[in-house]
Amino acid sequence: MSCAIVFCEAGPEGMIEASLRTAGLARRLADELVLCGRELPGVAAEQARQAGARRLVSLAVPGYAPRGIARALWQLAERLGASAVLAAGTDHGNEILAHLGALSDEEMVANCLAVERRGEGYVVTRQRWGGSLLEEAHLEARRALLTVAAEAVAPASSPEPEPVGEESFEPSLDPADLSVTASEQREQAAGVSLASARVVVSGGRGVGGPEGFGVIEEIAEMLGGAVGVSRVVTSLGWRPHREQVGQTGTKVTPELYLACGISGAIQHLAGCQSAKTMVAINTDPEAPIMSRADYAVIGDLAEVLPALRDALAERLRRQ
Amino acid sequence: MDLLVCLKRVPMVGGRIGLLPSERQIDTAMLGFTVSPHEECAVEEAVRIVESQGGQVTVLTLGPPEAAEQLRDAVAVGASRCLLLEAGGKEWGPMATARAIAAAAEQAGPFDLILFGNEAADTADFQVGVRVAHLLGRPVATGIKSLSVESGAVTARREYRGVEESFVLQLPAVVSVKEGINLPRYPSLPGRMRAKKAVIETLSPAYSEEGLSMERLVVPKVERRRAAVLGEGREAVGELVDLLEQLGILA
Repeated sequence: MSCAIVFCEAGPEGMIEASLRTAGLARRLADELVLCGRELPGVAAEQARQAGARRLVSLAVPGYAPRGIARALWQLAERLGASAVLAAGTDHGNEILAHLGALSDEEMVANCLAVERRGEGYVVTRQRWGGSLLEEAHLEARRALLTVAAEAVAPASSPEPEPVGEESFEPSLDPADLSVTASEQREQAAGVSLASARVVVSGGRGVGGPEGFGVIEEIAEMLGGAVGVSRVVTSLGWRPHREQVGQTGTKVTPELYLACGISGAIQHLAGCQSAKTMVAINTDPEAPIMSRADYAVIGDLAEVLPALRDALAERLRRQ
Repeated sequence: MDLLVCLKRVPMVGGRIGLLPSERQIDTAMLGFTVSPHEECAVEEAVRIVESQGGQVTVLTLGPPEAAEQLRDAVAVGASRCLLLEAGGKEWGPMATARAIAAAAEQAGPFDLILFGNEAADTADFQVGVRVAHLLGRPVATGIKSLSVESGAVTARREYRGVEESFVLQLPAVVSVKEGINLPRYPSLPGRMRAKKAVIETLSPAYSEEGLSMERLVVPKVERRRAAVLGEGREAVGELVDLLEQLGILA
C-alpha cells in the first residue's frame, strides 16, 4: 500500500487552504493520505477527515526550524515507506521541501499544478516564470518531493470521510537541524493583508507619483481592501515593496482587482491572474491589461479616481 | 567580508512569451537579457555590506559565454571579481547547478557569506541556495527581506503570514534574498568603465543528469478577452459603482 505525506501549515483557525488543496492533489497519488504538521489545532482532525486522510501526525519539532522539519518529514517518510512528500508552494513549503531534497539528495519539484503517475515515475506540470509559462516534465524518483502552486489548483472534491487516526512523531534531530530556528513576532495588523484581501486597488506608473496614491488608499479603505502596486512603483521608490503585486512580490486572489494605470506586464499579471474579476482603469485602450481585464474604464486617473471616490462615498452613505 | 553572489542570465520578457518550434526554449531573438529582481537586490546587499565592513564581492553565474554580460552588470554596481561556470550548452537542473556552485565556491573562496535570489526568474526551482548550503555544511535562510551582519553572525528577517520571522546564522552562511530588501542603485560611469575591463575567470564544472527531465514548455492558455468598456472618463464612474454593487463588493 503506497502512501503520500503532506506537510500542512496551520494557524489557530486550522490548516491553511493552500495545504488542503495540496492534500487534494496528493490523495490521487497514493492509496493512503497522511497529513502532518506542527502545532496543529484541534480543528485539524476534522479538516483531515474531510480531506480524505487516514492519519494526522503531529511533528514534535520545537519552533519553526526548516531543516529540523525536513529531517522529521524524512524520518516519517522512511518509517511509513511514503512514495511522495508534498507541501504547498508557499515560502515555508518550498523552503522545507528544498531542505528535504538536500538532506535526502533527491529531486524536489517546485510549484506543480498537476501530477500523475506514469509507469514507475510521474508526469508533472509545473510553473515557470511565476506561472506565465508551464513546464511538462517526467520525474523518476524513489520518492517524489513536490510543492504545489495551490492558488492555481482547484480545491478537490471531498471524498467519503473516514475516521482519522491521530498520532505524534518524535524525530531524532541533530543540533545543526535546529541551529536556524525562527524567532517569531506577530506583526501589528496594519489594515487588510494584501495576500488575503477581498478587494485590491492597485496603482502603476500611470498614477504619476507618490502623491497620487492618496486617493487609491481612500478607495481601498472604502471597499475594505488593500493597496497594491506594480513593480515600477516600488523601483521608483513611490511605495514600499510589501505592496508589490507580481512574480517577485505578493500573489493576490481577491474578488475584485482594480488595476489603475497598470499596463499589464506578464510579471505583474503572474501576481493577480487568480482575481475573480479584474477592472482596469487606463488611458490606453490598447494596453496589454485590456486583454486580461473583464471591465475597463478608459480615462485619466486624475479625473476618474477622485470621481470614483466621491461616488463611492455617496453610495455608501445612502446604504 | 568576502561575499559571493550567484546570478542567472534570463531573457527580459515583458509581454507574451514565445517559444522556439522545439517547444523546449523561449524564443529570445528579440529579447535582451537580465537577472531576476531578487538577484539584483542580492548584488546590492552584498555591495552595501562591503561598503560598511570592507572586503570584496565576487559574482558567479552558470551559463553560456554571453552570461559574462550579467557579471559585468554586477561589476558596474560594485562587484569586483567574476566567475563564469561554463554550462556547455546543456540544461542544468537544480541539483547539478548546486553541486557546480558549491565546488566553485570551495575552489575560489573561502566566502563568509553566499547570497542568492530567492528563486530564479525562469525555472523558479526554489532550492539551489539551500542545496549549496547543505553541500558546504553551512546554515541557510531563504526569502530574506532584511539582513544585518555583526560579530561573526548575520541576522536575517522576513515576514510570513503576518509574523516577523528572524533567524541568526553563524558565518559562514548562505542566504537567499527577495526583492524589497533594498532599492538597487544604478551603475555609475566609473562603474561602467570598470565593468568593461573586468576579467572573467572561467571554470568548467562537471555536468550530471537529473531525475526530472523537461519534455516541453507550454504557454498557458489564458482567456484573451476584450475588456467590456464601461465608458470614458468620469462619466463611466456611475457604471463602475453599479458594477461593484452587482459584484457584491459594496456589501
